[in-house]
Amino acid sequence: MAMKRKHKRLTFVIVAMALVGVATGLVLYALGDGVSLFHSPTDIVTKAPDPNQSLRLGGLVEEGSVQRAEGSSSVHFRVTDLENSVDVVYEGLLPDLFREGQGIVTTGKVVNGTFIAEEVLAKHDENYMPPEAVDALKKSGQWQGDAQNANTGAAK
Amino acid sequence: MHRFANPTRFLKIAAAVQPWMAGLTIILFGTGLYMAFFTAPPDYQQGESIRIMYVHVPAAWMGMFCYAAMAVASAVALIWKHPLADVAAKATAPVGAAFTFLSLATGSLWGKPMWGTWWVWDARLTSMLILLFLYIGYMALQGAFDDRTRGAKASAVLALVGAVNLPIIKFSVDWWNTLHQTSSFMKQGGPSMPPEMWIPAVVMAVAFKTYYVWVLLVRIRQELTANKVRILRLKQVHGG
Amino acid sequence: MAEFFSMGGYGTYVWTSYGLTAVVLVVLLVVSLKSLKSTETTFDRLRAAVGPKEMKRMETANGDEA
Repeated sequence: MAMKRKHKRLTFVIVAMALVGVATGLVLYALGDGVSLFHSPTDIVTKAPDPNQSLRLGGLVEEGSVQRAEGSSSVHFRVTDLENSVDVVYEGLLPDLFREGQGIVTTGKVVNGTFIAEEVLAKHDENYMPPEAVDALKKSGQWQGDAQNANTGAAK
Repeated sequence: MHRFANPTRFLKIAAAVQPWMAGLTIILFGTGLYMAFFTAPPDYQQGESIRIMYVHVPAAWMGMFCYAAMAVASAVALIWKHPLADVAAKATAPVGAAFTFLSLATGSLWGKPMWGTWWVWDARLTSMLILLFLYIGYMALQGAFDDRTRGAKASAVLALVGAVNLPIIKFSVDWWNTLHQTSSFMKQGGPSMPPEMWIPAVVMAVAFKTYYVWVLLVRIRQELTANKVRILRLKQVHGG
Repeated sequence: MAEFFSMGGYGTYVWTSYGLTAVVLVVLLVVSLKSLKSTETTFDRLRAAVGPKEMKRMETANGDEA
């Protein structure tokens, strides 16, 4: 008798857990891209979002694209997902990790194809390394720069 | 049925093991902290701020580990009605909540200088915040019923339902794009950092784990003794 | 020494992280230990009031089958 009850409870818990799991999966699937924090440059180029709508753009700062305007804190650069890229204009302080080849996430609006940024956040990758090791790699010519971590930027 | 729902044997073992756990925890923390500050190198991009990793990552692991332990104990309590399982789940909750809070707080303190923000509503940070709320809900539910067994049952169900959040936290950084980077540790081909960086993190994680066992033993002993006290009080009131 | 504490300019963030962790873990441990101690004191007092004979009877009659 007691054994039977235990079996019943076990089955009940397993079935309930499975149902909760499936339901959560469906909800997350339905939310889809809504759960993602940012859009890729390709999204912006292909979808041409509403200029009044604030959104997030994520990708890598294109090598050699950063231009600082003289006499102001205005910065101009391009964000790329290695397929498409978007012009970004930003005025303000940049985070310590901001540099060319680095992943960033920026909030702003798309006006005439240019992304007017209000906030720029730096995204770093999952690779950690002591500076000496980087120097050694650079010396031996094996260093591929931050582009080797491009997959973590936003290339999705 | 269990007038003394306390395996006396467990109480004896717990009291004997506890000082060992205390000693082990102190030694591991000493070693882990020494490595985190003196043997681990700075990062080529993040400089000395990388040292926050040695508390942030173990705290996040333990926040999730404690929840998994709490969910398993809740399942055992619901299905097999083992008297210790409920007590173990209940004793785990505040420890897991503390670790989860620490992972969020230290993550924030790391995010500000590196990312440029204290907080962002990406899938990893949000699902971790939900984990903290689940712990708080679990503890609140426990005290919300006059009938202790009903409180225990309701909170055990919540612990089980909330377990779906664990894989969401783990895979959030792979399923959606987030500001938080993907895992540096649990990946194919080993951690994406040299041993002098990942070993301190692992030592700290083991220290956190023995700390958890230490506090768990203390809290289980307290809970079991409190049960005995309740029974004796009833006995006094009813005059034996 | 000063260089060590400045943590390359990230001192505030690093030390706050470690300080907060230490405070939370120590407080949780101390609260748990104190609670155990006070519960054990209460139990010992009640047990003395009940008397050893009755305690023995309770423990064996409804004992620790689990």
